[in-house]
Amino acid sequence: MATADVDTAQTNGNGKYKVIGTRPIRHDGVDKVTGRALYGADVKLSGMLHAAMLRSPHAHANIKSIDTSKAEALPGVRAVVTNADLPEVGDRIAELGEGAVNLRHLSCNVLAGPKVLYKGHAIAAVAAENIHIAKEAVGLIDVEYELLPPVLDVREAMEDSAPILNDDVRTDTMGELGNTPTNIAAHFRYEKGDIEKGFAEAKVVVEREFDTATVHQGYIEPHNATALWNKDGHITVWTSTQGTFSVRQQVAELVNVPLSKVKVIPMEIGGGFGGKISVYLQPVAALLSKKSGQAVKLIMDRSAVFEATGPTPGSYIRVKMGVDAGGKITAAEAYLAYEAGGYPGSPINPGCMCIFACYDVPNGKIDGFDVCVNKPRTNAYRAPGATNAAFAAETVIDEICDELGICPVEFRLNNASKEGTRRVDGVEYPVIGMADTVEAIKSSAHWQSNLEGPNRGRGVASGFWFNCGLKSAATATVNADGSVSLIEGSTDIGGSRASLAMQLAETLGIAAEDVNPAVVDTDSVGYTDVTGGSRVTFATGIAAYEAGMDIRRQMIARAAEIWDVDADQVRYEDGTIIGPESSYTFKELAELVIKTGDPVTGRGASSAANQGGAFGTHCVDVEVDPDLGKVKILRYTIAQDCGTAIHPSYVEGQMQGGAVQGIGWALNEEYFYGDDGSMHNASYLDYRIPTCYDVPMIETIIVEVPDPEHPFGVRGVGEVPIVPPPAAIANAINNAIGVQMTELPMSPPRVVHEILKKNS
Amino acid sequence: MAKKRVVSTTINGNQTEFLCEPRQTLLEVLRDTLNLTGAKEGCSNGNCGACTVLVDGRPVDSCLVLAVEIEGADLETIEGVACSEALHPVQQCYLENAALQCGICTPGFIMSTKALLDENSSPSEDDIRFYLAGNLCRCTGYDKIVRAVQDSAELMASNGIDGVQIDR
Ligand code: FES
Ligand code: FES
Repeated sequence: MATADVDTAQTNGNGKYKVIGTRPIRHDGVDKVTGRALYGADVKLSGMLHAAMLRSPHAHANIKSIDTSKAEALPGVRAVVTNADLPEVGDRIAELGEGAVNLRHLSCNVLAGPKVLYKGHAIAAVAAENIHIAKEAVGLIDVEYELLPPVLDVREAMEDSAPILNDDVRTDTMGELGNTPTNIAAHFRYEKGDIEKGFAEAKVVVEREFDTATVHQGYIEPHNATALWNKDGHITVWTSTQGTFSVRQQVAELVNVPLSKVKVIPMEIGGGFGGKISVYLQPVAALLSKKSGQAVKLIMDRSAVFEATGPTPGSYIRVKMGVDAGGKITAAEAYLAYEAGGYPGSPINPGCMCIFACYDVPNGKIDGFDVCVNKPRTNAYRAPGATNAAFAAETVIDEICDELGICPVEFRLNNASKEGTRRVDGVEYPVIGMADTVEAIKSSAHWQSNLEGPNRGRGVASGFWFNCGLKSAATATVNADGSVSLIEGSTDIGGSRASLAMQLAETLGIAAEDVNPAVVDTDSVGYTDVTGGSRVTFATGIAAYEAGMDIRRQMIARAAEIWDVDADQVRYEDGTIIGPESSYTFKELAELVIKTGDPVTGRGASSAANQGGAFGTHCVDVEVDPDLGKVKILRYTIAQDCGTAIHPSYVEGQMQGGAVQGIGWALNEEYFYGDDGSMHNASYLDYRIPTCYDVPMIETIIVEVPDPEHPFGVRGVGEVPIVPPPAAIANAINNAIGVQMTELPMSPPRVVHEILKKNS
Repeated sequence: MAKKRVVSTTINGNQTEFLCEPRQTLLEVLRDTLNLTGAKEGCSNGNCGACTVLVDGRPVDSCLVLAVEIEGADLETIEGVACSEALHPVQQCYLENAALQCGICTPGFIMSTKALLDENSSPSEDDIRFYLAGNLCRCTGYDKIVRAVQDSAELMASNGIDGVQIDR
């Protein structure tokens, strides 16, 4: 095939794009507003059975015995499984793209054995002719427990006298293993410069302690899985997940079949935010299908979603920061202990790396601990680990600003990380937009406005998230009518079909509407990592772009053949293929493609590119009711570096949605536990995520500092916006009533408590 | 198990009869028996609004209604909102405002929005936020949903409920 120079995508003039930056209707939109889109729970297969799960009523216990005989005898029951049906997977670590997992822990989390480590821990599952029989049968299973004392608080769990959850856990201190069982699974440490010298240079040093509660992603669609273990040994899984390939690998490992025997078909996904990566139901549905010989559907109820899927950790954090008379940070120190839940694996390491990431810290020291407690095994939640950390660091900064009489916005500008700044954990930044987001807030209508009235205050805070690259693949085929089908493997959690189709359209110089994006199963597209890490528009975007460039090369070659000229005499410009004497529009040539030779299919992939990281700065006005402690959000503005916004509406939507989750985290969300380790608010009514009556419009300022690693400059947007809200709101509360909150959530009782403390 | 009952009702304008057990909720029957899976189950206890349908024009959480209770009622579900030619203005405005991300809450929101606008054709922002507070959305932060409702009210004031053809 003749090749031509198509190294850079043709765009419509000086850095301006034709498709990127516009707001087309998303491709899957009509299906989603008409109720036609099929989510995980909507799967229906012939002869399908329905399954229900028995869950532990205790937070910590040994399972002495499980008797399923009465359940099995109930008419209509077709299969029952327990941990004994899961093959022994051993102590292996599986790399799952966005993090590693100990397979034995994963297996025991899916079906408990020999211990239950939190209330709601799955114990056994029943498949029956209908869901009512399955639920009835679950009630007939007898489990004998030996109760053990639960430990629910991270600091208590770290004590030598604490009950030990996992006797195979040893503290991993930067690669070195301890030799006694413990709840402290890992200790991370990062150091930079000379911390003593740094604090000695400071004019003001502030040290504070913080506690944050366990919170849940709260996606509206519960977990689900439908599986068919076919007679030929092939397993098909229909599920809503953030990563089909990750589910394929986890299922294959846990039920011990080769990867090639598992096909995962992605259903539409009703939210995930990091919580739909780990498997819960998929291997269980597969085992039930194997036993019963029929397809089995398993859906969680809402209380199980709260009690038994991965929330994000509660934490204890200590931050000490020193600042000199000129307002420059001289030293910063942090101690973070995160609750991992029943099994190791909290996002403590990213928490450590994020805590001072917004600022140039010359001397720093960070210690982080991953600690098992009798709560559900934690999982990723939007910028996992960063929000807890930012709450601590960003409120200490405001206290220092108060003491020094410095404007918090000026402080942030003065200390902002920039290209070349080295983080405490050693990473040196490429081009980043931290300062730009602070500048954007500084010049915003919101910051420029006056806030008047009693008990009202304004706060700002910044936040950082890495965003990742990882691997993606895509193919694109040219249709005879000039449209292009884009085939990709990134499950679309919030509009990524549109953002990917737009990048392909831009590359080809065609309209976004002329690209038909399809998210397909694991047998139909190349390996693609999870929809997470704010990576899809970035990395799958690169794959779509590369597929487009591949099509351009083939279209040039085809035109050259038709015109009988050298390929280097043909160029591709803005959707037109131009030869020495004539030209084709993309559509004209597309029509000729099939008639003149091979069909044109482009392929693209991404693995090497990594993102430079993204920053956001938020500004919030609140009003505090001094009698009730209720905090009302009056106005909220976000400025965030989005690199290049592909579809601005969905970029804004990510910022708004992330901020409102952060507002919920700040003001009322928490897992409320009794001493026995049972969660007392495992329903939406009692857990209470924000409703539309709780929040105002969320103003957004898209800052664009293009990421040079991406052909169009994309930076991930999804995660950063959840990071600053609790800190910004705490700073606003302090500004309003002179009370420094150090606990999350800042719920009415806690705010009133602090007010009373201050007044007495 | 109690005997199954026959229930007669009108669903999206069509006379419909179905068999159900007395313990089955309307949501279960819609989804599992009648194959109308547009109503979603987020909580099954009336907290999330994903299962909202209109019963005699009133928005209800179909997970809280027993199927036998809708005998003789006039039921409207998300599947009946668009006409065969075009989307309803509310659907159109949700799309144009990017008022959905994952979309699981969207059918419920659209049903509640329709009911709101039937009751009050020019609601204030506060009216909208109050009326929709029984529908949870975890993705959007509600900003674009509220704007979609405001646009729907405007569009319906000028166009009535005539749908808008869309290019997809
Ligand atoms: S499923 Fe009916 S209100 Fe949530
Ligand atoms: S769009 Fe996902 S819950 Fe509303």
